[in-house]
Amino acid sequence: MNWLIAVLQSMLFVALAPLLAGWLKCCKCYLQNRKAPSVIQPYRDLLKLSHKQPVVAEQASWIFLIAPYIIFSATVLAATVVPFIAVNLPTSASADVIVMVGFFAFARFFLALAGLDIGTAFGGMGSSREMTISSLAEPAMLMAVFTLTMTASTTNLSLAIAHVLNEGLVLRPSFVFALAALTLVAIAETGRIPVDNPATHLELTMIHEAMILEYSGRHLALIEWASQLKLMLYGVLIANIFLPWGIAETFSVQALGYGLLAIMGKLAVLAIFLAIAETLVAKMRLFRVQEYLSFAYLLGLLGMLSHIILEASR
Amino acid sequence: MILFLAYSAVLLSFFSGLLGLMMHRRQPLLAFNQYWLAKFPTVNQRCQSAMADCLEEKRFPILLRRAVFFLLGLSGIFAILAGLSVLIGQGVITDQISLGLPWLPWHVRFDCLSGFFFLIIGIAVSAVSLYGPGYVNSYKESQHPFAVLALFTGLFVAGMLLVLLADDAFFFMIAWELMSVASYFLVSFQHENPANRRAAFLYLLMAEVGALAIILGFGVLASFSDGFTFDALRNAQLSTTWASIAFVLALLGFGMKAGIVPVHVWLPEAHPVAPSHISALMSGVMLKVALYGLIRFCFDLLGDVHWQWGVVLLILGTVSALGGILYAMMQPNLKSLLAYSSVENIGIIFMVLGLSMIFMDNGHPQLAALGLLAALLHAFNHALFKNLLFLGAGIIHHQTHQLNIDMMGGLIKKMPKTSVLFLIGCMSISSLPLFNGFVSEWLAFQTALQVDVLDNGVLRSLIPVSAAALALTAALAAACFVKVFGMIFLGQSRSHHCDKAHEIQDKGMLAGLSLLAVLCFLFGIFPGLIISLINNVAGQLLGETLPNDAALGWLWLAPVSANQASYAPPLVLIGALIAAGASFWFLRRNPATVMRRAETWDCGFGGLTPKMQYSCSAFTMPFRRIFNKVWIIDERVEKDMRGAMDQDVAAIRYHLEVHDHSWPHIYQPIENGVNTLAKVVGRIQTGNIRTYLGYSFATLILMLWVIS
Repeated sequence: MNWLIAVLQSMLFVALAPLLAGWLKCCKCYLQNRKAPSVIQPYRDLLKLSHKQPVVAEQASWIFLIAPYIIFSATVLAATVVPFIAVNLPTSASADVIVMVGFFAFARFFLALAGLDIGTAFGGMGSSREMTISSLAEPAMLMAVFTLTMTASTTNLSLAIAHVLNEGLVLRPSFVFALAALTLVAIAETGRIPVDNPATHLELTMIHEAMILEYSGRHLALIEWASQLKLMLYGVLIANIFLPWGIAETFSVQALGYGLLAIMGKLAVLAIFLAIAETLVAKMRLFRVQEYLSFAYLLGLLGMLSHIILEASR
Repeated sequence: MILFLAYSAVLLSFFSGLLGLMMHRRQPLLAFNQYWLAKFPTVNQRCQSAMADCLEEKRFPILLRRAVFFLLGLSGIFAILAGLSVLIGQGVITDQISLGLPWLPWHVRFDCLSGFFFLIIGIAVSAVSLYGPGYVNSYKESQHPFAVLALFTGLFVAGMLLVLLADDAFFFMIAWELMSVASYFLVSFQHENPANRRAAFLYLLMAEVGALAIILGFGVLASFSDGFTFDALRNAQLSTTWASIAFVLALLGFGMKAGIVPVHVWLPEAHPVAPSHISALMSGVMLKVALYGLIRFCFDLLGDVHWQWGVVLLILGTVSALGGILYAMMQPNLKSLLAYSSVENIGIIFMVLGLSMIFMDNGHPQLAALGLLAALLHAFNHALFKNLLFLGAGIIHHQTHQLNIDMMGGLIKKMPKTSVLFLIGCMSISSLPLFNGFVSEWLAFQTALQVDVLDNGVLRSLIPVSAAALALTAALAAACFVKVFGMIFLGQSRSHHCDKAHEIQDKGMLAGLSLLAVLCFLFGIFPGLIISLINNVAGQLLGETLPNDAALGWLWLAPVSANQASYAPPLVLIGALIAAGASFWFLRRNPATVMRRAETWDCGFGGLTPKMQYSCSAFTMPFRRIFNKVWIIDERVEKDMRGAMDQDVAAIRYHLEVHDHSWPHIYQPIENGVNTLAKVVGRIQTGNIRTYLGYSFATLILMLWVIS
């Protein structure tokens, strides 16, 4: 039963990811005085891409061909680990939060290899930048997550969130810092403004888009879907770690329904905030990203230290 | 019985070396064969003809090479068996060999810790012996005699195994020196190149300075005990100060061999110049023997560790890990890159070992056991994937005749099998889930996250920072090995040699790599197999194992308790297969969407050339800019100008050299100091006999005065 719910939850997660992307796009268009596409436009795009014939560069090897499947399944696995509408699920035990970061690393490893595979300047540029940014973002992310895991003294995400939920509304200074750090990392890792701009193909600024420039058809669909999933994953992480209220603790239909509504509401609000931020802030120069990420890391460290100094039991 | 296996492993490796000496003894062997035939004419005809066949001029060297590596492989298998049986039996076996001086027999002790390192050496040596015969074929006999290589390889392996068996300081040092000196000859094997001779000398110098420090460390211990056997040293009662002095000496000695920053400089010099299977053994195994020495010295001989030592190890380890990977990233030479990455991995091991010491002294032996387990597991994993990568580098060098990453590219199509095996190595070393490197790093994080149990505020804030440094190291390692794999195997060929390369024909060489790659994957999915064995080591060394309810099953990995952290690699693998399989099946149902190949998009300029690709230095440029204080960077762009006003650029040359800070800041001052000292001492050497007589006279008077 638990396993069934876990699998259903993950499938729901995967299915809802394009919706979040569509909603985000709507919000942005509305803020920028443009006419918004339908909320379900990302689904149409994915469907269209999956029906098209993929064109692959002659230079590409098998790495290029299997990379989309690997990226997609690694991201889906990461999604199974994160409590979405309910806690206490068995999938969280099979891989904890460090493994989840490992899944992201796995996907990124193959994405960067695929970028290098075709042997163009764009691919290499994207891979190099992606690996640089992620290698600075990963420690910051882990610092923020460690604050949570040390508070709950478990790295199991489901148990940690349950712990936060049971403690009730306590203002923890460490969580404020960790929330700020995780938000900054999430923006960098999902390739949003001000770090990367998902809407342009300008060679001076591209990161994510540069690596996937040669992809088309179903391959592109998988990669797009994976990045939508990643966006949603970070959103769910932020929402459920710092504001876990509403998540289902029992597996009754009612509780699960409330859980689903709660998380969708939280994500919708988060998306509005992200859209506002993306509209207000300009993209920053590539070599200023390191300062941005060092700041995120510093916030994570401050969170960790304030946990140790102020909150730990002794 | 177990000891018999261990001794056989040593003897077999020794004999493999001796057998190698037969390379130039074909004539005496022929004569012996004739004589033997004459004496026993009744021997079976087939046997005679077989002997004659073997001694035929063309077949003899090939057969001999195979025989030498067969013996070496047998030695490896015996070492694996010995290690496994002592680990499963959890016994301690002691023995004495009456070699050496009559009143100083060699004491032998074989326990779980030695057994575990026997296992590491055994696996590495077995893989190398599969790989060796094909690899050494490319050496010309007149220039690089096989006999030398075989003899010192045998001695080197025997030396390493003997270090693990030693139970007294004398025997330990003899075996240690055997290992160091034999490997010196292996590093200087291709001695026609002056750079190689320099690297070998540097290696020998640092090995001997390290050995001196170890001897002094043993000396400090021995002065508080009655004798040089490890049993006596264990009972020595040291004050904290003296124990710390002994620890520092041991750390210097073993750290020099293990290659922690700042005494790592010999590694990136010596590893690239040795033959690839030897650099695999040196990097994968010899560094682990140094680690064994440190663990034996601190946890076993000194006994009660202090948390301050743990802090020293933690800081040194963090610096080595970060420094190692950052330097590795900038290396254009594949083997120097791998050598620097060994520095990084040794750094990680030292970090976790430091954590283990901190927990031990603070009264948490179970967490100390967890730390030790993570350190040993990482040592094991590093031996597997680093051997794999070095052997792979050997194949690449063998096929393309170069080691410069910037000159490679596109090998994935030319060498499909090698590329898959090398990719597995890269994924393991980047600590991606499902591979073995991830498991040990995960355990390291778990150890660091237990910091809440400590009382000391400094430690409580220091350890999380080092955990974050570990995260940064892992991420940088992934970036580094994306670069390695991408530049070597992907894209278009950047040089002529690389364009003409083809897959290696020798099955043995691929078999050696495959063995290691399979083990990397196997222990990534079922880490419980090896962890339960290492648990016995921790039990014997610290008297404490992981708790029983930690469920060290084959499916789950839960080092502290199932509620704190758990990881089930088999389930993850099943999940990944389902997800990938479903998407694969779903998207490829429609026959209308069969993939089509087309030209790569070239921005409309026409004709992509290999030079348009990102190169190694381009890939690492952002890192160079972000961490630019870490290296000494010499970057220049030279332009050849022409035209009336020198306004046209005819050619551009880009020049980049990245140097290690430790040379100008540590080694150069030492060298200058030694030179100055030598000059001062030189002043009393006048070259005049009367002055020397005066010195003798003065000394004599002084001595007489002292005595009276």
